Amino acid sequence: MSKTYGAYLCSGCGIGDALDLEALGGIVKKEMGMECKTHACLCGNEGRSLIEADIQGGINTVVIGACSPRVMTREFDFGDDKITVRANLREQVIWTEAKPAEGKEPHKEAIAFLNETAADYMRMACTRAKKTELPEPYKLETINKTIMVMGAGIAGLTAANEAAAAGYEVLLVEKEEKLGGKAAGWRKSFPTKSPWTDLEENPVDALIQKVTTNSKISIKTGIEVARIGGSPGNFAVSFKAAGSKTEWDAPAKVGVDEQEQIDKGLKEDPNAGLQKYTEVDPQATIVGSVVLATGWKPADVSQFEHLGYGRIKNVVTNAEFEQMAKAGKVPANVAFVQSPGGAENDNDFPYCNSVTSMVALKQAQYVCNDNAEGKAYILYQHMRTPGHMELFYKSTQQYDGIFMTKANVMKVEESGGKISVSAENTLLGEDLTLDVDMVVLAAGMEPVTLYENSINLAYRQGPAFSDLGLFDGYADSHFICFPYETRRTGVYTCGGVRKAETIEEAIDDATGAALKAIQCLESTDRGVSVHPRSGDATYPEFFMQRCTQCKRCTEECPFGALDDDAKGTPLPNPTRCRRCGTCMGACPERIIGFKDYNIDLIGSMVKAVEVPEDDEDRLRIIVFACENDAYPALDMAGMNRLGINHMIRFIPVRCLGSVNMAWIRDALSAGMDGAMLLGCTYGDDYQCHFVKGSEIANKRMENIGDTLSSLGLESERCAAEQVAITDYYKIPQILNDFVERIVEMGPNPFKGF
Amino acid sequence: MTDEQGTSGAILVVGGGISGLTAALEAAEVGNDVFLVEKNPCFGGRVAQLNQYFPKLCPPSCGLEINFKRVKANRKIRTYTMTTVKAVTGGPGNYDVTLEIAPRYVNSNCTACGDCADACPDIIANEFNFGMDSCKAAYLPHEMAYPRRYVINKAALSVAGAEAVKAACKYNAVDLDMKTESVKIHVASIIWATGWVPYDAAKIDNLKFNESESIITNMMMERMAAPNGPTQGKIARPGDNKPIESIAFVQCAGSRDENHLEYCSHICCMATFKQMTYVREQYPDAKIYVFYIDLRTPGKYEKFREARMADKNAVFIKGKVAQVTPEADGSVTLVAENAVTGDKISQKVDMAVLATGMQPSLSIQGAPVALNLDSSGFVISDSEKAMFAAGCAKKAADVVTTTQSSTAAALKAIQVSRR
Repeated sequence: MSKTYGAYLCSGCGIGDALDLEALGGIVKKEMGMECKTHACLCGNEGRSLIEADIQGGINTVVIGACSPRVMTREFDFGDDKITVRANLREQVIWTEAKPAEGKEPHKEAIAFLNETAADYMRMACTRAKKTELPEPYKLETINKTIMVMGAGIAGLTAANEAAAAGYEVLLVEKEEKLGGKAAGWRKSFPTKSPWTDLEENPVDALIQKVTTNSKISIKTGIEVARIGGSPGNFAVSFKAAGSKTEWDAPAKVGVDEQEQIDKGLKEDPNAGLQKYTEVDPQATIVGSVVLATGWKPADVSQFEHLGYGRIKNVVTNAEFEQMAKAGKVPANVAFVQSPGGAENDNDFPYCNSVTSMVALKQAQYVCNDNAEGKAYILYQHMRTPGHMELFYKSTQQYDGIFMTKANVMKVEESGGKISVSAENTLLGEDLTLDVDMVVLAAGMEPVTLYENSINLAYRQGPAFSDLGLFDGYADSHFICFPYETRRTGVYTCGGVRKAETIEEAIDDATGAALKAIQCLESTDRGVSVHPRSGDATYPEFFMQRCTQCKRCTEECPFGALDDDAKGTPLPNPTRCRRCGTCMGACPERIIGFKDYNIDLIGSMVKAVEVPEDDEDRLRIIVFACENDAYPALDMAGMNRLGINHMIRFIPVRCLGSVNMAWIRDALSAGMDGAMLLGCTYGDDYQCHFVKGSEIANKRMENIGDTLSSLGLESERCAAEQVAITDYYKIPQILNDFVERIVEMGPNPFKGF
Repeated sequence: MTDEQGTSGAILVVGGGISGLTAALEAAEVGNDVFLVEKNPCFGGRVAQLNQYFPKLCPPSCGLEINFKRVKANRKIRTYTMTTVKAVTGGPGNYDVTLEIAPRYVNSNCTACGDCADACPDIIANEFNFGMDSCKAAYLPHEMAYPRRYVINKAALSVAGAEAVKAACKYNAVDLDMKTESVKIHVASIIWATGWVPYDAAKIDNLKFNESESIITNMMMERMAAPNGPTQGKIARPGDNKPIESIAFVQCAGSRDENHLEYCSHICCMATFKQMTYVREQYPDAKIYVFYIDLRTPGKYEKFREARMADKNAVFIKGKVAQVTPEADGSVTLVAENAVTGDKISQKVDMAVLATGMQPSLSIQGAPVALNLDSSGFVISDSEKAMFAAGCAKKAADVVTTTQSSTAAALKAIQVSRR
C-alpha cells in the first residue's frame, strides 16, 4: 500500500496544558515529515470529522497522539484498509509525570523532560506507522470444515451431535467396537432437574440413537488415530485398527541432542520403522479441527493395601459395582469407602472431583432398591455434592437403609465369609466396625492423557500435549479463564480428559468444545488467529534464505506451530499459529516478522528515541512491556498519578516471548543506558497468555547479561521483572529503583559512538 | 428507536460478567452478531470485584483485559451498559426485544479525563466496594472499568454539585436531563448470563451481620484484600482498624440451609482457603479458625486445601456456627458444636468472615419475560424456546465451570440461527 500520512495531536484531557503541542507538532513535521494537526478533543465528533475529512482527502495512515490505545478504540477505528497508530500521551506521559515530594520544588527542567518524553512517543508512533503494512490474511487453498471427534463416550457423542446440529460434518472415531464409552455401563444417572432427588434414565442410549441416525455424522469404530499431521483447516489423519502398530504411528519427540546421539549410534532411535513426522500419508483423511474426548480410566486402587483391593474378593471399585448394578442385583450389605487415607490424610481418592461422592449416593440407593433389607454405609471424609446435588444428598439421607458418617477408614479384612471394615473418628463419637458383603472403593477417574499421547500429533514438538505434568495429566493450559484452549491450536478437549465429570457436566463441556472446534474453522477460513489474539489477520513470515537452521524457533514455539525439514529449516504452519511472536523473539538472524510487528519496526522505534549525550538527568531506559498485563497496569499507574521516572520509554510488545535480543543490543548501542522487560508471572501458576513467552524471555535475558559483560557493559543494565496487571501500584517503584541503579552505574559509556 | 443492526441470526446475551462476556465473544468469533447487555455501568460483573482467583491466586482483571480487548476489536458485538431487558415478544428465531437504557447522565463525549469527579463535592457510598468506603457522585466505578466512561448518581447530586460537574466538563459530556431510553432489537436466541448476588447476610439472624462491623462477608473480604479496594489491600478490622490477631471463617453462611439457600454454593470453601492466604500474607502469626460442614474442594482443588491445612496456626472445626455474639471490645464470639467430638466450642476472634453463598440474580429481580426458573431462581435452558442459561444464572459454579457453560450456551444459540 502506498502510504499517505497524517498525524494528529489532541490537546484535551490536560494534554495541551501539560505539553507544548506546537513544538511537538513541529518535531513531527520536521523529523518525521508528517503533517500534524492539533484538536481540542480528537475523540469527539468534531475531532474525528477532522481526521475523516483528511482520509477523504487521501490520507490512509493515521498517527494519533492522545489517550491510551486501550480506550477510544472504536472512535479511532477508521477501517481495516487504514493504518492507525496511537501514541499514549495521556496515561503514559502526562499522567505518569513524577511529581516532586511534598514541600519540594519540581525539577527545574520538569517541563522540558515531559515534552521530551512526549516527543519520543510521537517519534516512535510515526516510525511505527512508517514501518507498518496492512495485513493480508493467510488463507488455506482449500479448507476442510469437517470436525473429527475422538472418542464416542458421552462427551464425544455430545460433541458430534452438537457440531452436526450447527451444520458441520462430523467424523466420530471410537476405538471400541461399540459406541457409548464408560457410560454405556451405568445403570442410572444423577438427577439433572428439580427437585434433584430422583435418579434418571442413563441418556447414553438416546444419544447413540441420535448420532447414528444423523446423516452429518460418519462413524468409525474399532479404529484409532495413528497420527494427525497438518494443521487446522487441513489436518491429515491416519487411522489404524485399534491396538495395532503401523508405520504411520506418530513419532516420539526427538530433541536436537538426542538426534545427534542417535545419528552417532549411541542411542536407539525410538522412531525406527516409523514414517518421519513430516511425511504425508497418501491415505490420510482430511479434517478441519479435532475434539478430543478419549475419556478416562478407573484409577488403580490396589496401592492402598489396607483397603484390600485385588487381595480380598468383593472389594471392588465404584466402576465395577456400577456394571454389576447394570447387569443385575447388587448385594444387600455394602460399605462405600470414599477416602483412602485412614487417619493420615483426609483427601478423597486421587482424580475424584465430586463425582465419586455422588456415585456413592447413587449406588447406596441401588443397595436399598434391590434389597428389601438393604444396608449401605457411606464412609466419607467430605461429602462433595455441589450446587443442587446437595438436594440429592439430602434425599438420599432419608433412606432408612443408608447410613453415612465422616470416618477414617483404617482397615478392610476378610472375616468369616464377610468383610469387616474398621473406621475411627466417626460422627458417632466412637470407632466403628462394619461387617458387610461388599466394599466399594471410590476410585478416581484418571484422564487417558496421563498414560498415552491420545492426540498423536505428527508435530516436531512431539505427539502429545505439552507440560501435562503441571496439570495432573489434564490438558489445561489456560485453566480458569479460557478452559478450552490447549497448546495445540485446533484441538479442543472435553469430558474425562479434562476433569472427572458427571454426565451432565460432560454434556455441557462437550458442547463448548464443539463450539471451539467450529470457531477455529471459521477463524481459519477468514485467515485470522484464534485466542488470545482472536481476529488478528497478521501471521509470521520467514525470510528463509537467511535461515541458519538453528532450530530455536521450532523448539520455542509454545504451540508447536513450526515443523522442520531434514536440514532443520522451519516449515511454518500459519493456521496453528497464535501470533505471539515467540519465534520472532527467538530468531538470531532476525528473519521472522509480522506485517505490523517485526524486528525492523520495533528496532526502528527504539532508534527513534532521542538519546541526549552527557546529561545525567537525561539517561534513556527502554522498557518492553507485555501489552496484555504490564501495559494496562502502566495505564492504571497513570490513572492513579503514581509517577514514573521521566527517563523511561515504554514499548508495548505482543508477549515478552516476542522480544528479540537484537532490540536490547540496538538500544544499548544507540547509547541508551538500560533496558527492561516487564511481563507476566511464569512458573507453575504462570499468567502468560501464551504460556511460555514470559519464561522464555527471562531465559534469554540471563544470556544477554553475559553478552553485555563481554562488551564491557554491566549486565545489571538489563533486567526482567514479573508483574501482574493489578501490580500497577508496585510498578512505579520497580521501575524507579531500576532507574536509580542505572543512575548509580552512570551513563552508557558507548553513548555517542 | 430501533436498532438497525439486528440481523436474523443475532444473539442477545443478557449480563456482561465473565459468563456473558464469554458467551458473547465465543459466539461473535464464530461470526454471529451479538448484543451484549449489562445493567451496571461497566462490564466484568462479580469477578471484577475479586482480588484473586483460586487456585492460581492470579488477578481476574488479567483475563478480563483480554476479553475486553476481544470485545473492542470485534465489530460483531454491540455493547449496552446500564441496560435491562424490558420485554420479549415473538418466538424462537424471531424475538423482538425491548431494551431499556437507564440514564448515565454522561454521554459519549466523555473522555474519562476525571475532571467531573475532581470537581464534584457530593459523596456516595462506593457500591463496588460494598459501601466500605465512599466515592464521588460523579465517578468511574473502578480503574479497570470498561467502558471507561464516568457515571453520575444524579439523586445524590446537590444543586451546587450539579453545577460543579457540568462546569468542570470541557467536553459537554454531562447531561443531567438524560432520560431513560428504549431500544428495540431483533434476535434469534437469548442467552441469560444474569449471574448472582451474594446472599444477604442480614437475613441469617444468628450470625448478626448487621450488629457488628467486625462481621463481614467473603465478598467484602475480596474488596478489602484488593489493592484498589477500600483499604488499599490492607486487611484490618473495620471500624477500629485493629490488626488481625485472630479471624474466623463461617462456612455455609446461608447455603445448604432450607431457611435460606437449599443448595450448596460450590465456591465458598475454596474462597475461604484463598482468603486464608490473604490473611496469612499480612499476618504470619494470626490464628485462623474455619467452621465448616464439609470441605468441598474437589479434584484439582485438593492440593490447594492441603497446603492451607498444613498451616500450624489454622484450626478447622467441623461444625456449623450456631451463634455469633458481638462483644463490647469490638471482637466477636462464635459458638458451634464440633460434630466429630461433640464438644461445644466458643471462640472469641477479632473478626469474622461469613462465607455467604450465591443467589441467582433473577430470583431477586425476577425474570423480565416468561422464562423457566427453578425453585431457587436459577434459569432452566429451553432449547425449543431458544432461551439458554449460562454461568451462575444456571447453577452455582466456579469461574472455570462458568466459562465452560457459557461457551456451550454460545453454540446452542448459534444452532438456533442455523435451524
